[in-house]
Formats: sequence, structure tokens, C-alpha cells
Amino acid sequence: MAKLSYAKALNRALADELERDPSVCVLGEDVAAGIAQLTLGLAKRFGPERVIDTPISEQAFTSMATGAALCGMRPVIEFQIPSLLFLVFEQIANQAHKFSLMTGGQVSVPVTYVVPSSGSREGWAGQHSDHPYSLFAHVGVKTIVPATPSDAYGLLVSAIRDDDPTVIFAPALAMGIREDVTTELVPVPIGSARIHRQGTDVTVVAVGHLVAQALAVADELAGEISVEVLDPRTVYPFDWNILAGSLERTGRLVVIDDSNRSCGLGAEVLATAAQEMRLIAPPRRVTRPDGAVLPFALALDRAVQPGPDQLAAAIRAVMK
Amino acid sequence: MRLIRSFEECALRLVKSGEIVGGIHPYIGEEAVAVGVCAALRADDLITSTHRGHGHVLAKGSDPSRMLAELCGRDTGLNRGRGGSMHAADVKAGILGANAIVGGAAPIAAGAAWAAKRSGSDRVIATFFGDGALNQGVLLETMNLAALWRLPMIFVCENNGYATTMATASAVAGSAAGRAAAFGLPSLTVDGMDVEAVHAAAARAIAAARDGQGPTLIEAMTYRYGPHHTIELRVRLSYRSEEEIERWRRRDPLDIQGARISAARRSQIDGEIAEIIESAHEYAKSSPDPDPKEALAFLYASGMTGRGGAADG
Repeated sequence: MAKLSYAKALNRALADELERDPSVCVLGEDVAAGIAQLTLGLAKRFGPERVIDTPISEQAFTSMATGAALCGMRPVIEFQIPSLLFLVFEQIANQAHKFSLMTGGQVSVPVTYVVPSSGSREGWAGQHSDHPYSLFAHVGVKTIVPATPSDAYGLLVSAIRDDDPTVIFAPALAMGIREDVTTELVPVPIGSARIHRQGTDVTVVAVGHLVAQALAVADELAGEISVEVLDPRTVYPFDWNILAGSLERTGRLVVIDDSNRSCGLGAEVLATAAQEMRLIAPPRRVTRPDGAVLPFALALDRAVQPGPDQLAAAIRAVMK
Repeated sequence: MRLIRSFEECALRLVKSGEIVGGIHPYIGEEAVAVGVCAALRADDLITSTHRGHGHVLAKGSDPSRMLAELCGRDTGLNRGRGGSMHAADVKAGILGANAIVGGAAPIAAGAAWAAKRSGSDRVIATFFGDGALNQGVLLETMNLAALWRLPMIFVCENNGYATTMATASAVAGSAAGRAAAFGLPSLTVDGMDVEAVHAAAARAIAAARDGQGPTLIEAMTYRYGPHHTIELRVRLSYRSEEEIERWRRRDPLDIQGARISAARRSQIDGEIAEIIESAHEYAKSSPDPDPKEALAFLYASGMTGRGGAADG
């Protein structure tokens, strides 16, 4: 079977759901042209009634999706730029997310928000390079960061079928990943983690594009340290059971997380492990610095992102 | 209108007695707007409402008992005590929710209108908002999209002269009608104290929307006699004069409409409403409180629960 790219996997998942369910539609900027790859070819196949170009009015069309969802639609919203999520935080966190509870369960809001290129894409600077998945996890919006093409396919399908609002981050640095797909692509349940590599000394929790980095580091250290690589796939709800099981085996934990450090996902994973799980050494995290804003120059951009050298150092540190 | 007036008077008493916690944004004075618009809607049409939303909810046909139970935080309330005054919703009655963010419901209404249009239904959606929303970007974005896509909705601006304490003249450059015109939307400015005038304008706008002609903006000039919120009853503010309030009270919507019916009929209505309110209060008082163990029930459609809370060590 041919290699499937991450971007193509998202595109195929969306196409399959548009085909399967007439209530699914896509709204966003330049989605008819498919500039962000997610919707490439879909306007031609499904028509402008299902793949809808919107003017640059993110706040309005994000809440329009909520209103349409209240009336039986299952809209998918594309944001070309991760930082737009700050602009529509009101519409997602304060409106869509709260409707089910505030109405006493009268309604649900099945909207999927997709960011096809989140985090740094190198050279896009301060207002196009954010990775705010921890922010959505914090407010309790279902939040997904797939690492591989088959997971990108399976999780986007699950997000669209889920009855709650769900944000799915497709890291820019993962969009080009290719995978040999030898079995049928299937839905992946929201809230289930995946162990990519088994190990006995250290559990590395890696998110999104950092999974591939973690696997490379694990390979490098193989003669020296046995590293288990755990990919949560969904950052909220987090699969705590699988982490607890992994730490029963290793007792040591490093998290590599593309969030700013303070109150980021890494902080939550470390706190939960410290409070509830087996640890035989102080855990560590590799993250963006506190309050980071990605600077433009490539060397500066990279200096702010978590990377393999820091990860290797953190793994060695928890082994001491 | 009598129902809304009496409901609000009862709610004000319950705020004072502590039976309603957190206070309310009373609708007294503005009744003709909700009633005029909702009377022109069909039962299967939809509305979105505002923080000052009791009037819309009642006018669209919600049960006053369940509405009052909601304000009292009871499990029998419209939202099972999870929404309260600013979030009352009754989807079966066509109320997609009161919304506590100024202008926040307009795009939700537009989305509902878009879904209605796509499904081939001839439903119309009315979105209520105050003059304060005229300066919210999301409302203007929504007007553009609604006009562009000829959505079956109407924009109802309840211009009561104040955004909380800020006079409209100090807040709004241009006008509501001017904003509508900028997007090619027709607008109708009406006497919001006269329910027949509101109804006539709403009927025209709704018929146009149902007919595929797109949205109209209705600006209803109205006034709230009471505070922005009941918190004002505890802090004396001086952003408007007693004379101004009295001037508006002389054009009371209940009196304007009351003069059009016989005294006997008016007194009969007053009597019937008094009974409804009394029984709503009894219902709310005797209803059970929600179970604190279920404080976050309904957070997720799937019934998913998170960690933490009272049960945590």
C-alpha cells in the first residue's frame, strides 16, 4: 500500500465523513480552494453547499457553527492559523462548550474545530506559531493532537462523530509525516493513548509532532537507556490509566510538550503522576519556556521550541 | 405583557427575599418588544435572547412556572437549575438560549437560520440584542454574513437608551439603522412601547425573511424603568434622572395596549395572570434543589466526567 501523508489522512477522513453523513459540512476561510490542504478537492466533490467559504469573520462563523449544530448539523470549522483560536476563545470556550451544561442537557454542540498546521511552521513568527492545546484542555474542551497519519485519520473521524465540541490540532511539523498504511483506516477513540515503543527505564510522554522526535531520541539512547514512548493522542480527556500502567513498569517520567511551561500539559502530567502514580525519581518536562512568544529568526524560533537535545538530557537526568 | 410585568415584579420580590440568588436584569418597561415580535413568530420559529431575557422566554411560550423555578435554581427549572436568569433556554419552545455575552447570540441565531435554510424549512429566527451590542464586532460580522447569505432571520435591537449606565448617544457613532444600511439590510425603527407597532414591523420583517428576502433589522425604541441589574438597588447610581424615567412611564406599554381593550377584559387578564404567577411561585418554592453531586451533570453530551471536585481527597 502507498504511503499516506498526515495531511492526506486528514483530507481523507473529512471526505469520508462528508460522504457518510449529510449533516457534516465544512466552513472556513479558503476551504473551497483548499489552501490548508485539509479540504483539497472537497469543494469540487461535495459542492459549495457542503464546503463553504466564509469571509474573514472568525468569531461570527465559529458561533454560526454552534447555532447550526443546535439545529442538527455537524459542522467542521477550519482555522488556517492556530493563533485564531485566541480570537474565537469566547465562541468555543464560553459558548459552544457551555451550552450542554447551561441548558441542563437540552442540547449538544457537535462541532469540530481543526487547525491544519498548529505550532511553529518555522518563519511565521509571533502570531502564527502558537500551540494552545493546553488552554483548551484547561477549560475542558475535548482536545486532540494526533502524531501519525493513521491517528490523524481515526481521531478526526471520531471528533466529527462526537456530540461535543472538539478541537483537533494538526502540528505543522507533523503534516508532512508519511506512514505505510497496511490495514484499513479506522476511527480512533477519543481519550485513548498509544504506546509507540515499549521500554523499561523511562516513560516519555510526547505530544503531536514531538512523538517522532521522542522515538528518534529513544533509538539513539537504546544501548544505554530503555525508553518507553507514550503518545496521549488526546490531551483532554487524558488517558491516565495507560500512563499509570507505564509508570508501574518504569517509575520514571519525562514529558515533552510544545506548550509554554507554566500551567501547560506537562505540568498537569507531572502533578498527576506525583500525586497518584509510581515514581522512583523526580520527573522532568521539556517545554517551551514560560510565557514564550515565538520570535521570527529561525535560530530563535528553534531555541524556544522543545527539542531532541533537551529531551535526551532530561531522560539522562531522571536516570541519575 | 401583563404576564411578563407580573413575572418580573414577582422575581424582584424573590431577589429581595433571597429566593433568587445573584439577581436579575428586569425587563419591566420593555414588554412590548418581546411580545410584539414573538406574537408575529410561528411556534416552530426560533429565538435567541439576552441577559435581560425573561420577557423573550415568556413571550415565546415557555412555562412561567418552570422559568421561575429556573431563576430559583430548582431541579424542575427549564435548565434544571444549571442556567439561571441569564441562560434560560427552552429548545422545545424554540428558545435557543438567553446569552450573557452582549451580541454573543447573534451568530448563533445566524447559524440556526443557515441550518433552517439548508434543510429547506421556512423557519425564521429572531435574535434579540440591546443597543450595547451595536458596538460589538461579532454582531457586525453576523449582519454581513446574514445579508450576504440572505439568511431567514431578523435582528431585533431593543434600544433602551443605555448600555448598563452608558447612554447610547455617548456610545454609538451613527445608528442602528445606519449599521444595517451599510450591509444592505432594510431596517425599521419602531415605537417599542407600542406592542401593535412592534408587531406590525415584526410581521413584515418575518414575512420577508420567510419569503427568502433575507434579514431586516428592527430597532425598537424602548426603556427599562428599573435597574440594569438588581445590584443597582443596593448602590444608588445617578446616570439618569427621575424625570426621564417618569416621562417614559407615562407611555407605559401596558397602558397603551390596555386602552385598546375594555376595562373588564383588562381586569380579567390581570386576575388570570395573578393566579398564574401565584401558582408559579408555589411551584418554584415546592420544587426540589438539584443534587450537588450532579453539579457537572450535562457538561458533556457523552456523560464524560473529569477529575477533582468534592469527592477528591
